[in-house]
Amino acid sequence: MFFLKLIIRNAFRHRLRTVLTVVGVAIAVMAFGLLSTLVGLWYLGVESSSATRLVTRNSISLVFSLPVAYKDRIRQVPGVKSVSWGNWFGGVYIEPKNFFPNFAVEPGSYLGLYPEFILPPDQKAAFLLDRRGAVAGRKLAEKYRWKTGDQITLKGTIFPGEWPFVLRGIYRGAQKSTDETQFFFNWNYLNETLKKTVPRRADQVGFYMTGVSRPDQAAEVSVAIDTLFHNSLAETLTETEKAFQLGFVSMTEAIMVAIRIVSYVVIVIIMVVAANTMAMTARERMGEFATLKTLGFGPWYIALVVFGESITISMVGGFTGVLLTFPAACWIEAELSQFFPVFNISPMTIYLDLLASFTVGVTAAVFPTWRGVTIGIAEGLRRVG
Amino acid sequence: MNSTVIRPPIVRIRNLTKSYQRGNQNIPVLMDIDFDIADGEFLALMGPSGSGKSTLLNLIAGIDKADTGQIVIGGVDIALLTEAELARWRSTNVGFIFQFYNLIPVLTAFENVELPLLLTALSRKERCEHVETVLRLVNLEERMDHYPSQLSGGQQQRVAIARAIITDPTILVADEPTGDLDRLSAEDILTFIDRLNREFGKTVIMVTHDPRAAEKAHLVRHLEKGVLSDN
Repeated sequence: MFFLKLIIRNAFRHRLRTVLTVVGVAIAVMAFGLLSTLVGLWYLGVESSSATRLVTRNSISLVFSLPVAYKDRIRQVPGVKSVSWGNWFGGVYIEPKNFFPNFAVEPGSYLGLYPEFILPPDQKAAFLLDRRGAVAGRKLAEKYRWKTGDQITLKGTIFPGEWPFVLRGIYRGAQKSTDETQFFFNWNYLNETLKKTVPRRADQVGFYMTGVSRPDQAAEVSVAIDTLFHNSLAETLTETEKAFQLGFVSMTEAIMVAIRIVSYVVIVIIMVVAANTMAMTARERMGEFATLKTLGFGPWYIALVVFGESITISMVGGFTGVLLTFPAACWIEAELSQFFPVFNISPMTIYLDLLASFTVGVTAAVFPTWRGVTIGIAEGLRRVG
Repeated sequence: MNSTVIRPPIVRIRNLTKSYQRGNQNIPVLMDIDFDIADGEFLALMGPSGSGKSTLLNLIAGIDKADTGQIVIGGVDIALLTEAELARWRSTNVGFIFQFYNLIPVLTAFENVELPLLLTALSRKERCEHVETVLRLVNLEERMDHYPSQLSGGQQQRVAIARAIITDPTILVADEPTGDLDRLSAEDILTFIDRLNREFGKTVIMVTHDPRAAEKAHLVRHLEKGVLSDN
């Protein structure tokens, strides 16, 4: 208790220095937390993928389409429970900066495959009935203040023109990690419009989503689907939703590795800053350490005082950083929702933040403790006065 | 003076040498020191700067190691003790009074005095009683919650004295105890040290430059270039 008091009083002895160090640690921990979350989010699509959903696309590239007629043949493959299909629409709302993920999908089967998108029954019925109906995620609707019944017009980029929709439903995610910034509308609306305007692009889909009964059937069903269209004009590549998402993520792997390295560098930098603070502190207190030794206190007491002070400062910074991470994450989620539809700080990130703070405290204390423990009493006493 | 002759020595120093290494150079500080200090003695060590008097005091107090020779205090050859044993021995046998008081600035007068007792088996209540008694003895019971920065130099030195005597040590070592004090405060401190020697029978070994301080001692020894001269 006595030493706890001594440690706390020592920690706040040079208030400005301590406050600056705490602020430094807090900012570093916040940056570490946000960068770790960002890296985690990049893989969120992969992690939240269902093991019972398969994605089938053109084997050449995702930009090439597949005939809509494939759906009936896929449905016949043993193990297939349901099939849906859709196109990446790529529309923008009013102006290009208002971008969000939007898809033309076969509504009934698609919502069946995605139980994590929770839509009230009346809204679901209205969406299924209205060919120009659309559904938006809760966050997206909140951002643009959309209400059900509103007319929303998207400007097509892949499918040129003005595309008016009526918002028939607003879904919410079953989990915190569910993306609530997507926009879906009826694929038939797209297809029928294309039949009139660009007939050669009609009856084509960008991807098929296939539901299988059990995860262990995924590999077998994937092979069966691809075999079905082998040597056809549009060969397919079927993979699990996780593998499909990983394919996207792997394109940006190098960036993620760089961000991860930066997050560790931030911690190393603050470790050096904290070590410098502790080194200065210990240098100033050599006389006090010598006095304590003179009174009979052994090296363990000196180590306790130095480590205690260092860990106190770094943990205060760490907790402050963790507390700052939440409003910062809310701000990022609100302002950059088109890039980060979900920006949740996970408990693991908080544990890592606190572990990083603790590591900073321990590491920063090693050298000053060694100096304090090894300095001769007579030499230490000469530094007083 | 005669009292030193008839009382048994509490400190016995034989063939003591100490040197410091500066680069490749070996600088002798103490050379072949031989002398005894009687139990209950008040000894003043005087000498010019660099004569080795603080080094000798540090060796007697067990905070520095001699190159050769023997220091027997109360029957214990302290040169044979390990660091941990020496630390334990110091905490029970030696009280330290420094020139610059060496108080911990973030601790109150009470807490500074309590420090040495943390190494004992005393309960918190017993520690409090001891500290209050000693602070009363140095007339600082009203200032026990003050931090060193809130006390005058003389008051700080009295706190340091209280800390030095809280464990009831046999020997008090004082390194220039009045060196940082005004004349009045210095007189006050010297009177107090003298009282500890006379009333409480503490053996006092004091290093000083100040002839007035040395006047309080029963015995004055001079060190000159590491050699102890006669009285």
